Amino acid sequence: MWASINELRERIHAGSSEEVVCEYLDRIGSSKLNAFVTVAAESAIARAKEIDSGGHDGVLAGIPVAIKDNISTKGIRTTCSSNILTGYVPPYDAHVIERLKAAGAVIIGKTNMDEFAMGTSTETSYYGATKNPWDTDRVPGGSSGGSAAAVAGGEAPLSLGSDTGGSVRCPASFCGVAGLKPTYGVISRYGLISYANSLEQIGPFATSVRDLAAIFDVVSGHDLRDSTSVDRKTNYSSALENDVKGLNIGVPAEYFGEGTDEAVEKSVWNAIHTLEDLGATWTEVKMPHTKYALSAYYIIAMSEASSNLARFDGMRYGIRTEDSNWHTTFSQVRAAGFGEEVKRRILLGTYALSAGYHDKYYLKALKVRTLIKQDFERAFNDVDVLIAPTMPYPAFKLGEKIDDPLSLYLADVDTVPINLAGVPSISIPCGFSDGLPIGMQVIGKHFDEAAILRTAYTFEENTDYHTKRPEGL
Amino acid sequence: MYENPDGVMIGLEVHVQLNKLKTKIFCGCSTDYHNDPPNSHVCPVCLGLPGSMPVINKKAVEAAIKVGLAFNCTVEERTQFYRKNYFYPDLPKAFQITQYDFPISSNGYVIIEGEDGEHKVRINRAHMEEDPGRLVHEGTIDKSKYTLIDYNRSGMALLEIVSEPDMRSPKEARRYLDKLRNIIEYLDVSDADLEGAMRVDANISIMGGQRAEIKNISSFKGAERAMLFEIVRQKNVLRRGGVVVQETRHFDEAREITLSMRSKEEAHDYRYFPEPDLVPLKISGWAPAIKETLPELPDARRMRFVEQYGITDDHAKSLTGELVWANYYEDVLKSYENEYGEKLDPKFAAAWINDTLKGEMNYRGTSLTFKVGSVTHYAVNKEYTVAIIRFLNLKTITKNNAIYLFRKLLDEPKGGDYYRPVRNSPDSAENYLMLTLEKEGLLKVEGDIVETAAEEAITENPQSVADYRAGKEKALNALVGAVMKKTRGRADARTAREILLEKLG
Repeated sequence: MWASINELRERIHAGSSEEVVCEYLDRIGSSKLNAFVTVAAESAIARAKEIDSGGHDGVLAGIPVAIKDNISTKGIRTTCSSNILTGYVPPYDAHVIERLKAAGAVIIGKTNMDEFAMGTSTETSYYGATKNPWDTDRVPGGSSGGSAAAVAGGEAPLSLGSDTGGSVRCPASFCGVAGLKPTYGVISRYGLISYANSLEQIGPFATSVRDLAAIFDVVSGHDLRDSTSVDRKTNYSSALENDVKGLNIGVPAEYFGEGTDEAVEKSVWNAIHTLEDLGATWTEVKMPHTKYALSAYYIIAMSEASSNLARFDGMRYGIRTEDSNWHTTFSQVRAAGFGEEVKRRILLGTYALSAGYHDKYYLKALKVRTLIKQDFERAFNDVDVLIAPTMPYPAFKLGEKIDDPLSLYLADVDTVPINLAGVPSISIPCGFSDGLPIGMQVIGKHFDEAAILRTAYTFEENTDYHTKRPEGL
Repeated sequence: MYENPDGVMIGLEVHVQLNKLKTKIFCGCSTDYHNDPPNSHVCPVCLGLPGSMPVINKKAVEAAIKVGLAFNCTVEERTQFYRKNYFYPDLPKAFQITQYDFPISSNGYVIIEGEDGEHKVRINRAHMEEDPGRLVHEGTIDKSKYTLIDYNRSGMALLEIVSEPDMRSPKEARRYLDKLRNIIEYLDVSDADLEGAMRVDANISIMGGQRAEIKNISSFKGAERAMLFEIVRQKNVLRRGGVVVQETRHFDEAREITLSMRSKEEAHDYRYFPEPDLVPLKISGWAPAIKETLPELPDARRMRFVEQYGITDDHAKSLTGELVWANYYEDVLKSYENEYGEKLDPKFAAAWINDTLKGEMNYRGTSLTFKVGSVTHYAVNKEYTVAIIRFLNLKTITKNNAIYLFRKLLDEPKGGDYYRPVRNSPDSAENYLMLTLEKEGLLKVEGDIVETAAEEAITENPQSVADYRAGKEKALNALVGAVMKKTRGRADARTAREILLEKLG
């Protein structure tokens, strides 16, 4: 059931998109993973039939794609896995959805996530946790856990997630698939329901770097409706060369710090040595401000979130409690509609922006952000890419950390600096520990997705971690 | 010198809606919603739907720079938008995109007619922001069972012009507001006649005390009333031995009083932070280019009118005080010259246009132009005014007849564009005016008829003739009166006088 874009293209050519889509729908229907919150069976089949009859020649013609539930899809319920958006059906498509549709893709459903993308385990979803396909007692990572689990579990060949502080790379790592957080501005955020605007990017998941680059080619590109979108035309698929000769890899010691699982450390170093054997060189780099990244990240993300999520008042869409006066009604709606973690982050963000605390927290976090950006700039003076663990450890157990928010926040230690700096990073599988996938991230300079894709592709071409599939699904 | 006995300090925040732009500030929705059903000019962006993002309207930035320059502000090289966070049902995102640090323009001034002559009011800043939606209540806000929200207004471009507390009386504040409206009108960025085009918040303190901010003022007249009330209120507080506290007060337009809304302790914490979805705008180089396109502003035009036309400063001030009148005046001068090949005496024209026509309209409370749909019409087309002044110059009609004609034109819709006169045709302005006078029997009487009337008057009033001849100059007036009576007022009094003098030898 795990098929590449090329394999699916052949099957669609020989058979039909409808057959392919129906197979995936069956698989979703019988799944125990809870990867989807909405399955768009009817519209997906209708679209597949249309593709079958229309002779669509798009790159993704007839191929199903799963979409994280915080990306607006016209006519398909979009809830951010929150009760507060129950029943909300966007009247418009996000930019990435327009691009996918134009390329012939079939939107198969909306995937589960941590509520409003706030989490590292997909356990804060109003619709219940998603399970890790490798071990259903474990979390898939988050917040795009549904999108990663769907691809790893063979319920969709491709999917989109969003990465604010690691939300694509973390579940990619935990689920053993490839996931990309592009440079800030490379994919339009128009239609992505914001958690923390200045940090997040939409990013794709796939079972191989080749497929990842293919869907990335489709969804990236300039969009006038997103003022932070960048006008740079690139063909990422053409960057995929099996060659790292002369590549200079930086290894930041700070990312192998305390709390990093030994197996993870070993796997990542093995990967670095594999690339070395293929002609790359490596050198240690200093990223001295890494230790402040988590605090700065959470302050900035929560501050922006407190403002972004203020609009959910039940007046125009979403849940509505019994009508009373304005203040009572919107307070009731928010009390009933938001989960604990979302409330916690709104409160903390509101606090951080408040008069008297604004400079101490928010402003200081912005200054730290600048220092972290400079860490990356300095490092990239000497090296082409950085390689580090994506997560300090493999997937943890469902329920293991959910009651301890701080330890959950700490899990993001290696992913958040990348968002603060706005640089691109790809996570690919590089080993296993007790049957659980381990991910490493390849981090690049701003807009140098080509370098990290090429590095990841070369690693894939010379190893077989990405070909392993979970069993017993 | 104005003493300012109560130590009044007034600062004003005026929101000007840039309703002459074609689209809203952050989306492509049309601004032409005033005659359309509620919520018919909306999109995901101005409805603040999840996932939507703002994109700055370049024309709004240009208009803001225009206004900044007109108020002698420094226009910054780089400007940024911020989020002002607060919950209110008219604000669909629960934050307003506005400016905070790095406003587009700041540190300007405007000269007004103060209590004691020219008075400078400093402008702190003029910044861009988005308009919220509009709340509609059944009856009054406190009695209505529900609130309806119309988001057509949501996302309209606003310019908030913030003055320093440099006004010392409600009268000065009113002058400032009039001046502001005048400049905005000349800049052609806002139609002040549209609902909600200009809204005022007033900050008032007396005797160096704390200030009260008065909100919900929807008209300039209301602003003056609110300030007058507020000064009396604050004086009463002091007289009773109290202290004026810093607070926000609401102006109750119907009762013409201000009511406390919230104290300083209850003041909102708006938690401003930079709007992450809008990158800082680099606008270096824009201002000099836009400055080139600035129109002649009211003060400059007033000075030019005095210099170029030799009219009084009062006339120049009055005519330039409204763009439409200034244009009308110059149009009449130009048309007259085109039509008759000779220059019209600008002083003569200023007197007739400002004192008679404008005076007549002020008396009636009407204005020179009116709108039918989106088409602007003139209450008195300039062709009529040109013709009336021509008749006066040729002494074809009397002053009284000219005044009569202006009134007639204002009474009848005939003056409007609906019946735009056609040159050199039976429908020309001249023909229409002549026919009007003829119909009323008011056509000026000339030559023989006046002479006959004069002869009759002399014959019929021997006593007056005798008195005049005896040296009583005033007796002549009785004879002139008799001539006027005989001609039913159609004769020119001066001509009648000349003819009588001639006949009396």
